[in-house]
Amino acid sequence: MSGNSLFGPLDPAPDAGYADPPPRMGFFTDTSVCIGCKACEVACKEWNLVPEDGLNLLGLSYDNTGSLSANTWRHVAFVEQPLPARPAEPRVSPMGAGEREPRFLGMPAFDLPGRAGSDGGNGAGGDGPVRERTDFRWLMSSDVCKHCTHAACLDVCPTGALFRTEFGTVVVQEDICNGCGYCIPACPYGVIDQRAGDGRAWKCTLCYDRISDGLMPACAQACPTQSIQYGPLDDLRAAAARRVETLNANGVPEARLYGHDPDDGVGGDGAFFLLLDEPEVYGLPPDPVVTTRDLPDMWRKAGLAALAMAAAAAAAFLGGAR
Amino acid sequence: MAEAHPVGFQWVVEAKARGAKIIHVDPRFTRTSALADLYVPMRAGGDVAFLGGVVNYILSNNKDFREYVVAYTNAATIVSDEFLDTEDLDGLFSGYDQDRRVYDPQSWQYAGHEPEGARQHDHEVQRETASPLQHESHGPGVGGETERDETLQHPNCVYQILRRHFSRYTPEIVERVTGVPRDKFLAVCEAWTANSGRERTTALVYSVGWTQHSVGVQYIRTGAIIQLLLGNMGRPGGGILALRGHASIQGSTDVPTLFNLLPGYLPMPHHANHETLRNWIDAIRNPGQKGFWGNAEAFAVSLLKAYWGDRATAENDFGYGYMPRLTGDHGTYQQVFNMIDGKVKGYFLVGQNPAVGSAHGRAQRLGMANLDWLVVRDLYMIESATFWKDGPEVATGEIAPERCRTEVFFLPAASHVEKEGTFTQTQRLLQWREKAVDPPGECRSDLWFFYHLGKRIKQRLASSTLPRDRAVLDLAWEYPTHGELDEPSAEAVLREINGYEVETGRPLSGFTELRADGSTVGGCWIYSGVYADGVNQANRRRPGDEQSWVAPEWGWAWPMNRRILYNRASADPRGRPWSERKAYVWWDPERAEWTGHDVPDFEKNKDPAYRPVPGTSGPEGLAGDDAFIMQGDGKGWLYAPDGLIDGPLPTHYEPAESIVRNPLYGQQDNPTRNIYDRPDNPLNPSPPDPDTSVFPFVFTTSRLTEHHTAGGMSRTLAYLSELQPEMFIEVSPELARERGLTHLGWAHVVTARAVVEGRVLVTDRLAPLRVEGRTVHQIWLPYHWGTTGLTTGDSANDLFGVTLDPNVLIQESKVGTCDIRAGRRPAGRASLAYVAEYRKRAGLPAEPAPRSNQGREGEEAGA
Repeated sequence: MSGNSLFGPLDPAPDAGYADPPPRMGFFTDTSVCIGCKACEVACKEWNLVPEDGLNLLGLSYDNTGSLSANTWRHVAFVEQPLPARPAEPRVSPMGAGEREPRFLGMPAFDLPGRAGSDGGNGAGGDGPVRERTDFRWLMSSDVCKHCTHAACLDVCPTGALFRTEFGTVVVQEDICNGCGYCIPACPYGVIDQRAGDGRAWKCTLCYDRISDGLMPACAQACPTQSIQYGPLDDLRAAAARRVETLNANGVPEARLYGHDPDDGVGGDGAFFLLLDEPEVYGLPPDPVVTTRDLPDMWRKAGLAALAMAAAAAAAFLGGAR
Repeated sequence: MAEAHPVGFQWVVEAKARGAKIIHVDPRFTRTSALADLYVPMRAGGDVAFLGGVVNYILSNNKDFREYVVAYTNAATIVSDEFLDTEDLDGLFSGYDQDRRVYDPQSWQYAGHEPEGARQHDHEVQRETASPLQHESHGPGVGGETERDETLQHPNCVYQILRRHFSRYTPEIVERVTGVPRDKFLAVCEAWTANSGRERTTALVYSVGWTQHSVGVQYIRTGAIIQLLLGNMGRPGGGILALRGHASIQGSTDVPTLFNLLPGYLPMPHHANHETLRNWIDAIRNPGQKGFWGNAEAFAVSLLKAYWGDRATAENDFGYGYMPRLTGDHGTYQQVFNMIDGKVKGYFLVGQNPAVGSAHGRAQRLGMANLDWLVVRDLYMIESATFWKDGPEVATGEIAPERCRTEVFFLPAASHVEKEGTFTQTQRLLQWREKAVDPPGECRSDLWFFYHLGKRIKQRLASSTLPRDRAVLDLAWEYPTHGELDEPSAEAVLREINGYEVETGRPLSGFTELRADGSTVGGCWIYSGVYADGVNQANRRRPGDEQSWVAPEWGWAWPMNRRILYNRASADPRGRPWSERKAYVWWDPERAEWTGHDVPDFEKNKDPAYRPVPGTSGPEGLAGDDAFIMQGDGKGWLYAPDGLIDGPLPTHYEPAESIVRNPLYGQQDNPTRNIYDRPDNPLNPSPPDPDTSVFPFVFTTSRLTEHHTAGGMSRTLAYLSELQPEMFIEVSPELARERGLTHLGWAHVVTARAVVEGRVLVTDRLAPLRVEGRTVHQIWLPYHWGTTGLTTGDSANDLFGVTLDPNVLIQESKVGTCDIRAGRRPAGRASLAYVAEYRKRAGLPAEPAPRSNQGREGEEAGA
């Protein structure tokens, strides 16, 4: 099949039939300047009237939202973790960003209560297992729907509720969605979700209503540090490449891009990221593949199998008649 | 900063993108630390030791910007030989009066100025009235000439005194006091000094983690000493930036909501010290003194004209007799105790929630429960309006709703998008904002409320012939109103603040046009110019890319739209920029004037070579290289010969509640701090008191990005509440192990005042420190929670007692000692007994039954 529109590099809007579409628009989320203020989460909910998601203290560092869901279209993850006491074996990242060295953030070295002698903790004792204090880091990252070049959610939607916009983004039409839920297992990132008590599927629209009026999506508008940048995807990709170069040259070799590559499993994301570690650290799949990638092949094989079956049946029938 | 000022933090991120190095010093690893190049953890309350160590590093390694220091600071000035330092007196300065716990500052004066010290008002009165606060916009008085030794060799010159005073603040001592490892401390010193000088400048940013201490003013003084020594004042990229608690707190000190100040930092008259208009004005301008404060009479008279209009005449001293007078400490904490004691009848709370936001919440609530009436103007039904029916004291039986005597009037307020006006931020920048929507229902702006309240009071008093009512009846109280609600024009108020000519109504172009003869009106002299040419200058919004990098046409900065104060110091003594890279304002010899990117903070045509005739006072008394023009000697003060209650130099004192003995001096804590020694304000014992093991941990509080101060504007909103849905307590894994605390389990924190519970967050972001050879655990709590709103919880501020900085009467609410235990706290009455038991074990006297509302009714509390 020429131009398999389910896989490989592609400009999605013309592919979807738009004659003279505007440039593809997207998000570049630079997590190296995210301060975890969650203004994006709040601005998204305010603009899109997304319901409150429950008052639950999760204790996942400062993340009490948990994940992207039908009621959370921007989600700020907080990765609070000690770094290994001794640098782990340098690894080559699958993203090709080179070696990873733990970055010294300046946590103090000191004698632990258990080892501090008789004065440790005023005689209250501290005789639990002594753990080596290591260096420490606190990563923050605002996640969102990736608006894939090849969006499996859209491919599998039987009602046409999910559609490709002229900006190349993927949007659910809430008045058409019938809540069948096919899109949910189709998403390789686990983004799209059904709302309890409503049944319909909900996710980021990249503020289709705002960008249609030339405005910035609410989250990008609210972001104080320009961690979330919005614009033509080509420009964002160029800016992101420069940013990685700058960071790599300035003592942050672990900076790398995620979702920027049109040759990846989803044909590149409309919303891509600058990360400071492997995607798994942030809860992102390392090598997402559009779940409908093999559909044509499967259909082809299924078709061949069916043909073979039919031929065999016919042959048997004809043979039998003989 | 990223935690509490995320929007302002964008500029830090931008600076970082342009190559700036960010250093963050904080007891706990925060969202700011996450983006910093270097994070330095330290013990809360050790800041003077830390910064004093930096001063010592600068002086002992000769890292000061010598040319700047000699020319622009008082380093060369000779101090009285009667002065004795903390080095000589084990932590006290000369002049200490043990009985009254105040200093006689005579021996602190410059040599030859000792009699001026004697002329200064009693420090006890100054402490009661927080009068050092009045020096925010100008230095306190020093008159006449000073003796100087510009070789800095004289043993009593400020430079040598500074060297001796800070010599014991070695890296070893810094480590012992603050827990900051030596190498990390030295890394800060090296970075700070390497990034200062001719070519580079370093900015210092602080927030209430510095101010809210019993030595808070001296923390900031130490920062100022460093910035002066390194030549970082009055220059681009330098300075000291105070992040305020919330929007326009700067504005509310400029046009103050403080008991001891009038607009533009004019002092509130004191009944004994400022009996006449002349007394008052002379106390501000110090006749014979050099500098710009010499024009105080024009500022003061124009303010009186703004208050009483045509009724303010030369014959009646411009209505000075109408001015209320201070009679003592009327600060907010004294008021609270006065309420508890039944001395206060009524109270207005406007946009403030002391039941949650102020130290010693229980005293706040018991005080408010003992009023006749209380007016609360807020956006939501906050705890300060509902404490009588759902406060913690209702559960303990200390307040019985059906008998609480206080009549609470809740008046819904308009939010900032529902009214027009200005915000003034930390850079002194006034930014006008338009009204976006009308306030809903009965919500009204504060301007509407006070204007119409004034109208009604005047109406009520209209037929009064009592002399005491004249002050109200004669007030100039006419402002144009508009719309259905009769909303007063905020622009008309801004015009009056700016000032205008009485005869023609012409708005003034700046404070130099203010007159002392009653021909001008001016509501706040430092804001004069904000309505120049009849144009609302604060409403200017020219984008940055359409103007110079200083962006003078965005908003308006006081004074005179100057973006950097004392910017004369950005040029060398001869008026040339210190470097091309840091050029800001400079002397143009051809046109014989000061020019540059900003409005020069200097007389426009004063030649750098100008030297005054000895004995000249006022602005003419300042030389052409006296860059600090509001100081009486034209110099930046490394040493403060006057104006501070607790000493001319910062000295490390332990917090009022500490777990360690002061390693530096015999004097444990700030000897002049404001103490309210009452049974209902017990303090945890500190060394040398033997019973310090009952409260063995240090705690501090601050804010989360997701909530706003006392929570009135965030715990009421679902989208914010869900982000931080519950009160929690942060502890290190080490402390969790020691006390058996589990992640997401319950724990409670106890002090002599209260017990507060929350869920536990065990986090590596808190780390124990080594201080004085022992392990010190620090606990952190957010203070946003209370009893109302979508998410409720205990208030961390309940844990604090009331001890104040003597200079400005701010409470020590960023450090205290406590105990922490696993599990929930006892509820109701049992919680009182629980705290009482702790007090007993700590050797503190038992608190008598509270004298609350019920007591006054002759009923036993909660019977």
